Amino acid sequence: MNIINYISQSILPLLFLIITLYGILSGGELYSAFVEGAAEGLRTVFSILPSLMGLLMAVGIFRASGAMDMLISLLSPISRLTGFPEELMSLGTVKMFSSSAAVGLLLDIFKSFGPDSIKGMAASIMMSCTETVFYTLSIYSAAAGVKKTRYTALCAVTANISGIAVSYMLTLFLFSK
Amino acid sequence: MLVIGIVLSLAGGDPSLVTSAAMDAGKEAVNIALTMCAVVPIWCGMMKIAEKTGLLNALTRLMYPIIGRLFPEIPAGHAALGHISANIAANIFGLGWAATPSGIAAMESLSELNGHRDTASKSMCMFMVINMSSVQLITVSILAYRLEYGSLSPEAVVFPGIIATTVSTAVGIVCVKLAERCVRR
Repeated sequence: MNIINYISQSILPLLFLIITLYGILSGGELYSAFVEGAAEGLRTVFSILPSLMGLLMAVGIFRASGAMDMLISLLSPISRLTGFPEELMSLGTVKMFSSSAAVGLLLDIFKSFGPDSIKGMAASIMMSCTETVFYTLSIYSAAAGVKKTRYTALCAVTANISGIAVSYMLTLFLFSK
Repeated sequence: MLVIGIVLSLAGGDPSLVTSAAMDAGKEAVNIALTMCAVVPIWCGMMKIAEKTGLLNALTRLMYPIIGRLFPEIPAGHAALGHISANIAANIFGLGWAATPSGIAAMESLSELNGHRDTASKSMCMFMVINMSSVQLITVSILAYRLEYGSLSPEAVVFPGIIATTVSTAVGIVCVKLAERCVRR
């Protein structure tokens, strides 16, 4: 655990060291290159901001109005049919919209069932194989200036759902007694 | 999403919630942008050095056999491949703040290849789906939460997590490949 932590913390500093050393050795204008890149990056952030606002507003209203809860209750017959726990169903749905809200739900599950319970295990695994689809989609499509993303959202949601299903099956297979 | 939300709240709920949600979203967007203001330029600056000194090119050539298969549209040696490789590497190691800037850089160079059109290219779709299917191998924060809530074996989820995330990424890639065939350009 500590070693893993150490490795993941030292990757970036190492990367920066390598880039700088390589730059010094090849003798380029390092600082002006950095400034040029940084200016480009800053421009990008500002160009993304308007569409980011629009999307976050849509997601925020969708959640606040109770539409998200409705979506989850629409999904609950599926969970009854397949025996897939409802808590995990809402975790999976929420995770696609907001990472911090999903962490809140995860901690709820830990609190009420314990992190080593079947639900706790499945929830932990689910967190590692799902992504905030709509947030990522909006930032990346804004960066490329694309409006039509075609089949991207559908494919990403499918990938996430299959990840969730695999998490639950793996948990039952590995940890149920 | 916006319309569904507003109609629902007018019909049965509390419209004032919508107003506050909209304001909160604006605040959140500015907050995110502020964080990105601090982070993206640093990443882009470092990457510019790597690009000018030819380091990015070397990385691109190294990764081409693997990444090139997934992105047949990108010409060999194009900077987009370097940014994509850097982004996927950052994601695998769970380097949250390096992942977004490198992803943005990748999308920008893909947009150049795409002639700045407003319809996403095949490579963009593939790249976004790989990203959103999550390629992260170890989620340190989840392990920390598990430990905090008294788990006896916080690390027990690491291996199944790797399997699950591999499956979800594989499904994502297959999906994109299938969709590419169904959808005409």
